[in-house]
Amino acid sequence: MIAERRATAVPVASVRRSNGLRTFLRIVLYVLLVAAAIYYLIPVYVLLVTSLKSFNEVTLDRMWALPAGLNFGSFSEAWNQLSPNFVNSLSIAVPAAVLSSMVGSINGYILAKWRFRGADLIFTLILFGMFIPYQSVLIPLVQLGSGVNTALRDVLPGISLGYGSIPWLVLCHIVYGIPITTLIFRNYYVGIPGELIEAARIDGAGFGAIYRRVLLPLSIPGFVVVLIWQFTSAWNDFLFAVTLTSQPNWPVTVALNNLAGSFSVSWNIQMAGALIAAMPTLLIYIVLGRYFVRGLLAGSLKG
Amino acid sequence: MRRPSRDRLLSLGLIAPSILAVGVFVYGLIGWTGFVSLTKWNDLRPDYSLAGLANYASDFANSRFQIDLRNTVVFTVFFVVASVVVGLLLASLLDRRIRAEGLFRSIFLFPMAISFIVTGVVWKWLLTPSAGVNTLLGLDPSTNRWFTDPTVLHLDANTGIGKILGDFGLGFLASSEFGVPVAMLSVVVAAVWQMSGFVMALYLAGLRGIPEELREAARVDGAGEWGVFRYVLLPLLTPITLSAVIILGHISLKIYDLTVAMSPNGPAFATDVPANLMWQTAFKDNEFAKAAAIAMVMLVMVAVVIVPYLVWNRRQEASA
Repeated sequence: MIAERRATAVPVASVRRSNGLRTFLRIVLYVLLVAAAIYYLIPVYVLLVTSLKSFNEVTLDRMWALPAGLNFGSFSEAWNQLSPNFVNSLSIAVPAAVLSSMVGSINGYILAKWRFRGADLIFTLILFGMFIPYQSVLIPLVQLGSGVNTALRDVLPGISLGYGSIPWLVLCHIVYGIPITTLIFRNYYVGIPGELIEAARIDGAGFGAIYRRVLLPLSIPGFVVVLIWQFTSAWNDFLFAVTLTSQPNWPVTVALNNLAGSFSVSWNIQMAGALIAAMPTLLIYIVLGRYFVRGLLAGSLKG
Repeated sequence: MRRPSRDRLLSLGLIAPSILAVGVFVYGLIGWTGFVSLTKWNDLRPDYSLAGLANYASDFANSRFQIDLRNTVVFTVFFVVASVVVGLLLASLLDRRIRAEGLFRSIFLFPMAISFIVTGVVWKWLLTPSAGVNTLLGLDPSTNRWFTDPTVLHLDANTGIGKILGDFGLGFLASSEFGVPVAMLSVVVAAVWQMSGFVMALYLAGLRGIPEELREAARVDGAGEWGVFRYVLLPLLTPITLSAVIILGHISLKIYDLTVAMSPNGPAFATDVPANLMWQTAFKDNEFAKAAAIAMVMLVMVAVVIVPYLVWNRRQEASA
């Protein structure tokens, strides 16, 4: 490719003339990129230096200065306050991600390889669900969840599955995750050649065997994308959680917002809390960024 | 002959629960919210007697809701334009054989991995007038008030443009109802920080899909770098721009987490949004019917943007 570009005939004089300009433009290019990188990294810098400072070091005139020494007091204080919520977040996001990806995989398989009449219309109607403002379902979700509690009160005393509980929130993440997970898997499976399916069918494989023997082994990247996507969405969710869970079941986003909204909590603890809340998804991004981006781009449909 | 039909039934049986779930939880619950918005349920105890459009009338007459609608429009315009411009700029810069391209890409994109709540908490600290950016740049906290600024920039009815508008019967535009709340722009800064990397990723994928020969051909025809960008790349990127505008637009119409964490209501509701009003109306004031009406207005705003997009997307796929 590069050799090809060089081969295109360009008058030698014009190359010489533009050489100085070229270097200058390259420098401008990198200056712009570094400036942009600073804009994106400034919050990280402030987050880190503030949360590593000791209590008496968190003064306004030293806000931008590096901490005098590493002090993890803010972290342990923030962790004391947020750890139960951190655990809640895990017990929300992990089951939500796992079950979502299983549901999405089956749906995607059927919509890609077992197409039925009206499948396209149904798929489009399902997709609409990932764009709706969830405000338009919140009130009935509370009512429905309360109904579940009432219905189960006598059957399962002491166990809450409805409004206020973690299982109800997980169910919402799974149901409202159906559009995106189905979309990602469907588009993934459409790319798997029909000949592979045909060959398996000739060997006598049916619906289940084709899925297990042909698609599932090829699905690992698809599962990684969807698991990451659903884990991140559920972990970062605030609206469903603040509406549908009661205080002991709050995930870390709701607890952090509460922590940051109270005037009695100093900034270093707020920043340490923010870092704690951001850490799991940030780690996933750092380790598996490629798959994260794939989920991100899938969210914009095919565009 | 029996086998395919059994598999067919199995496939339908396995997808049915999902279709049913979406049918109930998306369409059914939207229908229920729509019904609630027409009732008199504005107290803790449900009252399903019909009230017609009274809740919509009272919402639209509420000056706070009017402010919220203005804020949403202002936020959407600034946020979408800024994100698209920044995203396109970054993608174009990165598409020029940059050293450490992967590192830059990761830096621009990482905010997408964290929640709006974290973003809001951090940017609140960065833009608190007595601290943050003001102390870094030595700005006067009393004039650089960021998200605590109650100012609403608008045209003055008594000066040039305002008078001209008045002559055309458009004098109402020269009022704070059609102004720009300054505090909202601080939220835009945080939102662009979070979402512009996503736009960059979209554009970068698009740019990588444009064959080098097309650029080469334009250069041979005498086009400079700007010409290649303006007349070759930009037109080919139009579908991506459309996607980006629609995705960002529908996010901004329902923005909630970010403003709640950063500045829930704001000075004189300068950073208030319909989602926030809906939540407070329903779960603080227990005026469920009025809240449902706000939710339905939000749904319509989003549907106006999304439904044509879904149809367009389906047609594209059908023709592909």
